[in-house]
Amino acid sequence: MTISVAMTVNGKAVSGKVEARTLLVQFLREHLGMTGTHVGCDTSQCGACVVHVDGKSVKSCTILAVQAEGAKVLTIEGLAESADKLHPMQEAFRENHALQCGFCTPGMVMSAIDMVKRHNYQLDEATVRRELEGNLCRCTGYHNIVKAILAAAPAMKSAGV
Amino acid sequence: MYDFAYHRPKSVADAIGLLKSKPEARAMSGGMTLIPTLKQRLARPSDVVDLGGVKELAGIKVEGNNVVVGGMTRHADVATSADVKAAIPALAYLAGHIGDPQVRNRGTIGGSVANNDPAADYPGAVVALNATVSTNTRKIAADDFFKGLFETALGEGELITGISFPKAEKAAYVKFPNPASRYAMVGVFVAKTAAGVRVAVTGAGATVFRVKAMEEALAKNFSSAAIKDIKIPADGLNSDIHGSAEYRAHLVGVMARRAVDAANK
Repeated sequence: MTISVAMTVNGKAVSGKVEARTLLVQFLREHLGMTGTHVGCDTSQCGACVVHVDGKSVKSCTILAVQAEGAKVLTIEGLAESADKLHPMQEAFRENHALQCGFCTPGMVMSAIDMVKRHNYQLDEATVRRELEGNLCRCTGYHNIVKAILAAAPAMKSAGV
Repeated sequence: MYDFAYHRPKSVADAIGLLKSKPEARAMSGGMTLIPTLKQRLARPSDVVDLGGVKELAGIKVEGNNVVVGGMTRHADVATSADVKAAIPALAYLAGHIGDPQVRNRGTIGGSVANNDPAADYPGAVVALNATVSTNTRKIAADDFFKGLFETALGEGELITGISFPKAEKAAYVKFPNPASRYAMVGVFVAKTAAGVRVAVTGAGATVFRVKAMEEALAKNFSSAAIKDIKIPADGLNSDIHGSAEYRAHLVGVMARRAVDAANK
């Protein structure tokens, strides 16, 4: 079954024809060519595919593109203001060496931003570790990711993002 | 994933109409179980009826002594609801510990309860709190709802519209999550309500079950000491690579005592 979908991705109106079974992550990567969002496990475990749909973090490998009809989608490509100015969360990941191979990073950053906002920019280490339950990293051992998120929370607050 | 025809009705009546007119149709709420199932080609529905557009199914209301949670209410909304936290904090806690934040942003109470995964968390709350499951045609008592492995009292073309939880005097949910999947190896929901004490166990058997011996002991003395000598038979409990039936039987006792202690805090 072919269906037309239309949504907003990173502030831009996009549309396309998809099969009912097309996942949101496939629509982003294969139809729109936005490959910043990764597919890791494809079984809702690893969180490499996390994007925001109407402001909430979701695993884009476990939602159909048609379910995002009319929604506002934010991906890793939509975060930085410009090539020179990263989002505070991206900057904190860079500063704290919170990535090694980088495969999980787009999902980590998207989950982390949602986490900071839901906790009103106030986080402690235990909360960050618990909240990262849906994101797997096989390189860093998580320590620097946790550090980066703790550093980004006040930076996001002062930047008003 | 095999392809299917997709529908996004706006009302319960339209959803039921679609489900009844297409014998191989499946309803989808949050899709947190259905989409992975479709990906593995473990199901091949001709049609998927997405309940995401049915606004009347989502939301939380307090009605007298009950908290009524709409079928399409997401776990994250139950976990953070001021009404749920005030009336039944154990229910908010349970919802806040299902899966991970991204799953909680999509998964719904109706989907979880209708699916009746043996390791799902919500069935424990439904049975221990003696909740009532409302569908488009009737109301079903918790004890009559869960029938077996992935099996419920729901008939063809029947949807969960909401679940009504009586407020509890004391309640707590404690689970031992599988370290990888985070599903409950064993979860115990203990509740003391106007109707008495109930102890409901999830994860250990084919479906949620009550432990009457613990309920009777706790009715007399609501303390973990009152149930410390009660042994759970391992017969018929789940046994897999993660733990034997004997291991799960032991965990039921441990989780039940922790739940009673948490309820008394």
